[in-house]
Amino acid sequence: MSSSSSFAASPADRNARTFHLASEDEHHPENGTLLGFWIYLMSDCLIFAALFATYAVLGTSYAGGPSQVELFKLPTVALNTSMLLLSSITYGFAMLSMAKGNKGATLLWLGITGLFGAAFVGLELQEFAELIRDGAGPQRSAFLSSFFALVGTHGLHVSIGIIWLITLMVQVGRKGLVQANRRRLMCLSLFWHFLDVIWIGVFSFVYLIGVLR
Amino acid sequence: MSAALHTHGAAPDGHDAHDGEEPHGSLQGYVIGFVLSVILTAIPFWLVMAHVFKSPTVTAFSIMALAGVQIVVHMIYFLHMTPKAEGGWNMLALIFTLVLVTIALSGSMWVMYHLNANMMPTGMMTGGAMAPGTMAMPEGTMTEGDKVGGNTAGPGAMGGMKTPPPASARDPRTMP
Repeated sequence: MSSSSSFAASPADRNARTFHLASEDEHHPENGTLLGFWIYLMSDCLIFAALFATYAVLGTSYAGGPSQVELFKLPTVALNTSMLLLSSITYGFAMLSMAKGNKGATLLWLGITGLFGAAFVGLELQEFAELIRDGAGPQRSAFLSSFFALVGTHGLHVSIGIIWLITLMVQVGRKGLVQANRRRLMCLSLFWHFLDVIWIGVFSFVYLIGVLR
Repeated sequence: MSAALHTHGAAPDGHDAHDGEEPHGSLQGYVIGFVLSVILTAIPFWLVMAHVFKSPTVTAFSIMALAGVQIVVHMIYFLHMTPKAEGGWNMLALIFTLVLVTIALSGSMWVMYHLNANMMPTGMMTGGAMAPGTMAMPEGTMTEGDKVGGNTAGPGAMGGMKTPPPASARDPRTMP
């Protein structure tokens, strides 16, 4: 990367400078990526909004099947929630280690984050398996379809986040905390905390209020 | 263009002071956010599991209010949202999304609630079990009739009319 920039130093550098002279003070290359990633997250938020709306509409269409009170086990949900919350703070610690330039600590915290995330996904898959085993699978009723769609999409996001996290751990392990890796870790940080925000909606709206019905 | 991007990307390596302004947060910030989140998560679980309020409506509204507060806590302490982040564009995108989410959620619930309320009067609800039956009767006879017409009568009566073209097509082969 640095070699290519030194090759093209005289013509491209001039272009680059004229390009970002006007906004140099407030803009940063990372900001472009982070803003773009933020806009992606907002669009993801709209996907979840659609799924939440679907659940809100279909959440009481049981088709004679089981309802939330019969299916949801709040202690499991509380454990699940704490796993995700703990993974949020450990990712925060990873970011703090990254800011200090401590590669080993960053990798350690990222690993712990990944384990908490995996525990979350594991608990969720176990819950899904129990529901399906008890005949409360996604095809049982509209309520269960919308439930599996919403919670499953969130779980899928967390799973992809774990894959991304492992990828970044390999990249940080090989190249260290270079600028590109810092930017990627910042994006994953946004993604990870965003999923925790979505989970707040899930456990409040789906599980807790569902059990009240 | 890619070379320009590379120089663009390589430049900030030089000035790390600028990099320090990136929203990494602080240990204090993360701990405050975590403690607040734990409290704001524990309260709604406690409200539901200990049956604190008699009225489910009160409990539901408390849960939603606490969830809203917790989302704001996460936004501030974990996602480092400030009105100035990315020159205000982050906040603008967030507000726009919140508007869309509000419209999608409240609109869906409002429309579908009224649809259910208006399209399914109580008189129809009791006849609901009948309605599919009465609907199924003509449908069943219609499909049976179609099947009879298509399967049994087809090869018989219709077949007699349909076979001539193949027969006439074969005839030229057999005729010569």
